Amino acid sequence: MPKITYIEHNGKTHVQEVPNGLSVMEGAVQNNIPGIDADCGGSCACATCHVYVDAKWFGKLPKKESAEEDMLDMAYEQKKNSRLSCQITAEDSLDGLVVKMPLKQG
Amino acid sequence: MIKTDVLVIGAGPVGLFAVHQLGIIGLKAEVVDNLDKIGGQCIELYPDKPIYDIPAIPECTGESLTKSLLEQIKPFKTNFHLNERVQAVSKEKENWKITTSKNKIFIAPNIIIAGGVGSFEPRKFPIEGIEKFENNGVFYSVKDKNYFKNKKVCIFGGGDSALDWAIELSKISKVTLVHRRNEFRGAEHSGEIARKLEKEDKLKIKTPFQINSIEGGKYINAITIKSEDGKVEKITTDYVLGFFGLIMKLGPITEWGLNLEKKTIPVNTENFQTNKEGIFAIGDICTYPGKLKLILSGFHEGALAARACFKLARPNQKYRFEFTTTSKSIQEKLGVKKSD
Repeated sequence: MPKITYIEHNGKTHVQEVPNGLSVMEGAVQNNIPGIDADCGGSCACATCHVYVDAKWFGKLPKKESAEEDMLDMAYEQKKNSRLSCQITAEDSLDGLVVKMPLKQG
Repeated sequence: MIKTDVLVIGAGPVGLFAVHQLGIIGLKAEVVDNLDKIGGQCIELYPDKPIYDIPAIPECTGESLTKSLLEQIKPFKTNFHLNERVQAVSKEKENWKITTSKNKIFIAPNIIIAGGVGSFEPRKFPIEGIEKFENNGVFYSVKDKNYFKNKKVCIFGGGDSALDWAIELSKISKVTLVHRRNEFRGAEHSGEIARKLEKEDKLKIKTPFQINSIEGGKYINAITIKSEDGKVEKITTDYVLGFFGLIMKLGPITEWGLNLEKKTIPVNTENFQTNKEGIFAIGDICTYPGKLKLILSGFHEGALAARACFKLARPNQKYRFEFTTTSKSIQEKLGVKKSD
């Protein structure tokens, strides 16, 4: 079960153990960590679970599928290290993952 | 002005089934939805994605579910007011007065809010100060293309709307299409046409770029765009169009005096009434201990809210619980049995 660090846009940091198999989005929503809306509930259909993945981690994550890349077109203020957190699944190898939330989700 | 028993806000699956539950107990409903089509999230977000947890339907899609629900409420000949958002709600004697974005007025003793996560609205540009140019240079839809004739227009986005309007407006305007990556997600064919127009010098395409700033006083003079690696370019333009799809916003619901908890409305689980008598909330927008955001839960919530609406819509009648299998009056309402 990896520990994931979620950093709100204002800098407030939450370190959360997220059970393997849950998405990074679910890890935040189920623990009331603000900044991730996840309006569609995790079906890669709304781009409101947008996060910036820490530079050290971005390359280590499994690659985006085209559906995620398409949805990211709609995310608020995308950057090079943008991901949709509903598409990243927690596993032991992600222990220490750091994600930052954008100013808003839309 | 339209008088009805219940105004239903939201034409998603839960709103549609509420219409059914109202219909079989003899209440008339009108439905308002900000989308241009019926079905809510099921249609807008995931029309093709299979749903596996509708009771007795092992698998269906958002689209087929919507179609079936529409079939189920057909006997009630419900009016849908699409492309319209409920703006204001105020009390008028025993009734609620509801005003929509098209200034339509409804008078009803009951309102059922089945608004999901809120109404679908265009996603906006992520830059500060953009609001002052909205509808005065910055647009998120095209109402009349001739407005842009012989003007310089920058179109942002990579989906079908952005591509289609870039192609269409390139015939009458000087268009620059800007997108955050080199690939377009719209129809392949449209992408090819856009690239062809670019070669013929009829359309400029700037990728991978995003908006960086907007310059101007009353009107837009220019914008700057920025690439991922920080390269900034300036484009003089008259108009800016953004096509980034839709996002759900709670919108004016927050101003009706309802209790809110995060982005949801707390309800009494006996009848799904909010803190205001005659205003009910069902589906994803309501919250209570143990709430599950499932379509099937929304169906149950609508059934109970409908019975509660009866009391206010028919204060002098007694509600009698009946089954569709045996009730003659329900079967008459459904048009499956002739009265004898």
